[in-house]
Amino acid sequence: MSTSVQTPGTTLRDRFVKLAEMVTTPLLPADYLDVISPLRSGADLRGRVVAIHPETRDAVTVVIRPGRGWRRHVPGQYIRIGVDVDGVRQWRAYSLTSPVDRPDGCITITVKAIPDGTVSNYLVRRACPGMIVQLDQATGEFTLPAVRPAKVLFITAGSGITPVMGILRNFSMVGGGEPIDGIDVVLVHSAPTSDDVVFAGELRMLAAQGRIRLVEQHTDTDGLLDPDQLCDLVPDVAERETWACGPAGLLDTLEERWSADGIAERLHVERFRPTVLVTGEGGTVTFSRTGTALECDGATPILDAGEEAGMLMPSGCRMGICFGCVVPLREGAVRDLRNGAITTAAPHESGDGGVPIQTCVSAAAGTCDIDL
Amino acid sequence: MTTLQKKPHNPVAHLNDEDIENLGRELDVIREQITSSRGERDAAYIRKIIDVQRKLELGSRAVLLFSLFPPAWLAGTAGLSVSKILENMEIGHNVMHGQWDWMRDPKIHSTTWEWDNASPSELWKHSHNELHHTYTNVVGRDNDLGYGIMRVDEDQRWHPFYVAQPLWNFLNACLFEYGIAAYDLELGKNIKLGRTKEPEFRAKAKGVLKKIRKQMTRDYVVHPVLSGPSALPTLGANATANLVRNLWTHSVIMCGHFPEGVETFEKTSIDGETRGEWYLRQMLGSANITGSPFLHLMTGNLSFQVEHHLFPDLPSNRYQEIAPKVQELFERYGLSYTTGPLYKQVGSAWKKVFRLALPNDFLAKVPAPADAPVADQAPAAA
Repeated sequence: MSTSVQTPGTTLRDRFVKLAEMVTTPLLPADYLDVISPLRSGADLRGRVVAIHPETRDAVTVVIRPGRGWRRHVPGQYIRIGVDVDGVRQWRAYSLTSPVDRPDGCITITVKAIPDGTVSNYLVRRACPGMIVQLDQATGEFTLPAVRPAKVLFITAGSGITPVMGILRNFSMVGGGEPIDGIDVVLVHSAPTSDDVVFAGELRMLAAQGRIRLVEQHTDTDGLLDPDQLCDLVPDVAERETWACGPAGLLDTLEERWSADGIAERLHVERFRPTVLVTGEGGTVTFSRTGTALECDGATPILDAGEEAGMLMPSGCRMGICFGCVVPLREGAVRDLRNGAITTAAPHESGDGGVPIQTCVSAAAGTCDIDL
Repeated sequence: MTTLQKKPHNPVAHLNDEDIENLGRELDVIREQITSSRGERDAAYIRKIIDVQRKLELGSRAVLLFSLFPPAWLAGTAGLSVSKILENMEIGHNVMHGQWDWMRDPKIHSTTWEWDNASPSELWKHSHNELHHTYTNVVGRDNDLGYGIMRVDEDQRWHPFYVAQPLWNFLNACLFEYGIAAYDLELGKNIKLGRTKEPEFRAKAKGVLKKIRKQMTRDYVVHPVLSGPSALPTLGANATANLVRNLWTHSVIMCGHFPEGVETFEKTSIDGETRGEWYLRQMLGSANITGSPFLHLMTGNLSFQVEHHLFPDLPSNRYQEIAPKVQELFERYGLSYTTGPLYKQVGSAWKKVFRLALPNDFLAKVPAPADAPVADQAPAAA
């Protein structure tokens, strides 16, 4: 017994778990507990939708009670949420818009229906309270540093306001009439019309109270936000630490502008979808473990093609940043849809199992053999 | 039966190549109708069945903790038997066919599922999905024709071993899950060829033995011990439930391909087989069972064996819906749709097991049953 380093408590618990597994084999105890209590602690993280509030004509806020395993998020982070749409599980990433310590323990995401968006349209128009969704812990780098800068600029467009709202709502709300938490915040938000501004009431009230400065750009009448205009709207833009979230086109022009000004390190961006820049010829993708072979074109991410064929594909952010979808390419070539970079693998030349590729931003560039 | 190619009256002689390809195209359309309409209702169906099965199992096992009291024993044993049948048939068999893979739920997926059966899912999926469903009823290729222990076709060579095949069939029925495991391991063939020492076989056998040990420990040690004073009745209940499940699944499986009216095929007949011809072989090589919705559920919808063999990966709850369309195709193409109530199909299959225990020439002295029900001789389409 002297060799045992386990405490008696762990041993007892381990034994209990082992016994429970003997009782339920070939399933696991969790498979039965899930039937009774899907949100219990220790279960795969899930949540129950408790309310859905309209925000604009095509955006809603979904209030979710997460399971017992939920850990706090950092304002500005996003969660991955798995929603069963027409019976098919679809994973997407949405920014959290709730304060971290909501009294009822719930979290919220705010979803804008995008054209042909399977999940966003489902959540905006068809979802109802009571449904169970799959969740992942919050993640993401679009957060304020521990030492907060004195002057902050947020540039958002459309649903790009959501992570920023998550940040604003977590500022201390005491001391009405003063700048938020003593920080000088400017928010430049762009939306088609005044009615399309998500959280319009709350933002305008913060502005009216003098807690933030709000600049609304209504693109139907004012045109698209032009980075060259920014100096007029926010004269001290160069002094501000800037966080931007919105469509790829806007973020790209902002990044160009900031690097041209030599202040690229002061700009932080959050992208919702990868920018597909380069496509090419596709090819046959074979998933060698399951023996599935698919004809893929050169513009469709391998992740989407595999899922479409009923494959169980690991997935994550779907925009090439979280590496949750990485699988080994044993043989063949894939193209990175963001920059056209070709990754090749040949048996015996690559390490054990092959070259890891991100399926969410990679399309077939010829015949591929994937170890899945 | 005799393989279709050797029959005096070939039941597909009236169909030309074009007819058969048209038939295939019509079946493709039926398939497409289902795959494009799979959705929330279907997902809710399988989740409900799994939910009900797990609650029934938990409830039955809980009741069996008090199985010293006869009413508890009866209720618990009945519940556990039904639960085990649902788990193997409507859930396990169908999930492992990939019928629910489209849901992308890792917990209900053919690649992750493990079932309450002696044969590990990996092994079973190979011998069932890849071999049986590809070579259905091809004599010499489809080992499901008699499982290697019986002769169920005139064209399978007689051997004195087969004289006792009614007994083998009965024993196989009682121990069906172990029979399946031995079959999936190709135990007989591997012993005969002296391959039991080969690493590949040993690894598979080890997997099977490990699974059997865990299953037996659960049913015959852990649950009885947990039942305390009710240990022995619980052990008996679990053994009974396993026996009931074995007898039931064996009967249902026999009805799939053994009843009179089902056709078999020559080994060479599938060389260069087209998709249409493959469909035709599945149509002629399978038999259905008529009955109530409860019967369909308890057979895992294998009572729609014809539809299942045409479309093994469509969700089982939809077979009933396409059955009339498939039956209409049979009529239009002048083919016979073999079906009947459970007792009749089981009887028919057993009759064949008895009849073919003896060599073919014995049949001359005993009047053989009609080889196939009279086919609907409607003129072929096209």
